[in-house]
Amino acid sequence: MNKELTSQDRALLETIADMKGEPTGAYNIRKDSECAGRGSSEHITISAKTDKPGIDIRIAPGTKHEACHIPVLITESGICETVYNDFYVGDDCDVEIVAGCGIHNGGEEESRHDGIHTFYIGKNCRVHYIEKHYGEGNGRGGRVMHPTTVAHVGEGSCLYMDTAQIRGIDSTKRVTQIVCAADAETVITERLMTHGEQRALSEMEIVLNGDGSRGRVVSRSVAQDDSVQLFRPCVVGNAACFGHVQCDSIIMGNAKIRSIPEIAANCTDAQLVHEAAIGRIAGDQILKLQTLGLTAEEAEDRILNGFMS
Amino acid sequence: MLELKNISFIVDGQEGRTDILRDVSLTVEDHKLLVLTGPNGGGKTTLAKIIMGLTAPTAGRIFWNGQDITDLSITERARLGISYGFQQPPRFKGLTVCDLLSLASGKEDLPKAEACAYLTRVGLCANDYLLREVDTSLSGGEVKRIEIATILARNSSLMIFDEPEAGIDLWSFSRLTETFEAIHARRENTMIIISHQERIIRLADEVLVVGNGGILHRGTPEEIFPQILGDTRECCPILRKENKA
Repeated sequence: MNKELTSQDRALLETIADMKGEPTGAYNIRKDSECAGRGSSEHITISAKTDKPGIDIRIAPGTKHEACHIPVLITESGICETVYNDFYVGDDCDVEIVAGCGIHNGGEEESRHDGIHTFYIGKNCRVHYIEKHYGEGNGRGGRVMHPTTVAHVGEGSCLYMDTAQIRGIDSTKRVTQIVCAADAETVITERLMTHGEQRALSEMEIVLNGDGSRGRVVSRSVAQDDSVQLFRPCVVGNAACFGHVQCDSIIMGNAKIRSIPEIAANCTDAQLVHEAAIGRIAGDQILKLQTLGLTAEEAEDRILNGFMS
Repeated sequence: MLELKNISFIVDGQEGRTDILRDVSLTVEDHKLLVLTGPNGGGKTTLAKIIMGLTAPTAGRIFWNGQDITDLSITERARLGISYGFQQPPRFKGLTVCDLLSLASGKEDLPKAEACAYLTRVGLCANDYLLREVDTSLSGGEVKRIEIATILARNSSLMIFDEPEAGIDLWSFSRLTETFEAIHARRENTMIIISHQERIIRLADEVLVVGNGGILHRGTPEEIFPQILGDTRECCPILRKENKA
């Protein structure tokens, strides 16, 4: 039986998946390890796995301008789950897939969601994959997420992956592994915010296997208070390809950030570039916004919001 | 009206005491265009920053429309109608030109046409710039013109520009000069411009030559130019020699 959605659930859904009101199109809402609603569309079919927790999402070849929402909510303290979602995207598709996980933990036990998403993307597709992670609740129980994303990007296809940890996640290990065929492109845009005593590790690897493939990582993060972040993005060039890794972090309070971008070329025609920067908010940025009438606090918020947008 | 009374800014450094500004008093009437010029290191930028609150004077008081603003913060002064265009503006990763213009104008949903107008007045094509981040991808001259556009968007009663011409190409400079002229012709804003450019100095109602921690000369552009040239000859031994010959 479907679980009822409360107003708190709906607020979480809006935060993590921009879902308002009744869902339309293909969707699957998972709440506290159970299905809280599912719908398929003519071209996008969602079905439950029979051998392990999770769903299969099958997108018919030639599907254009359709979206699929598969958010996850955890509202009961103490739930720990590993979920496997597999996406089969046929050739010539242009689709948007919105995932995301929201944890409301008002209890004493740890709540954890490990989402393992695997994409099999056909040829000449354009896939926009969006995932947002967010935690809230006054309980002392930890809010933990370990998202893993694996994607096989077919010839001539593009994968645009926007991943954001908005706030409230006490511990995360994010693993992303992408393999690009010839003329395929992957752009990963990562936004990550930590505060309090939170810990975050992000490991990414884009392997450019085909001639004409392109990979780009744009990572921006803010570490506040006593939080700790570690980034290890890597682009591997195995063909005539272009790769770029860019990591920018703002460090505040007593936070610690390690940023270790890596590029690895196994082909003389691979062109790979990386850059990384960590720094505090520049004093002259605050001063400039103050001269426009903002207080120092408003200026800081505006700078952080812009940086993470 | 802006009044500076006995402003001093003295720094005690390793090499002893330095008087950056020494007992400077000044009144700027409403809707006037005042140009501060003078040798590098003479105290012009410090004086301008003291007015905006970016630097605190070690002595003296500042009055804006009769109110003592000496102890007010930058934000409070901004809200009272004072704005400041930085000589070297900061860059912002993640904030677009449109974001900055919206913040400056105080309108969250700044109409595109209005944003375009501000950029056009500093010689930038709005379509190329509105959605661009104000980051290191922009040249120094571009960032400088965007900075000036934020001051136009703010439309404060008192606009301070610190060397607006620095880093700007000849064509854009010409456009900028026309913009200052047009603002001044409306007689709605008071402007203080720090500049070394004759074309900007010529626009002024009054020119102040700031140097050695004080005001060396004060007058109309016509009165001041001969004195600037005279100072130049006097301070340069070669020119002094040529002059006597």
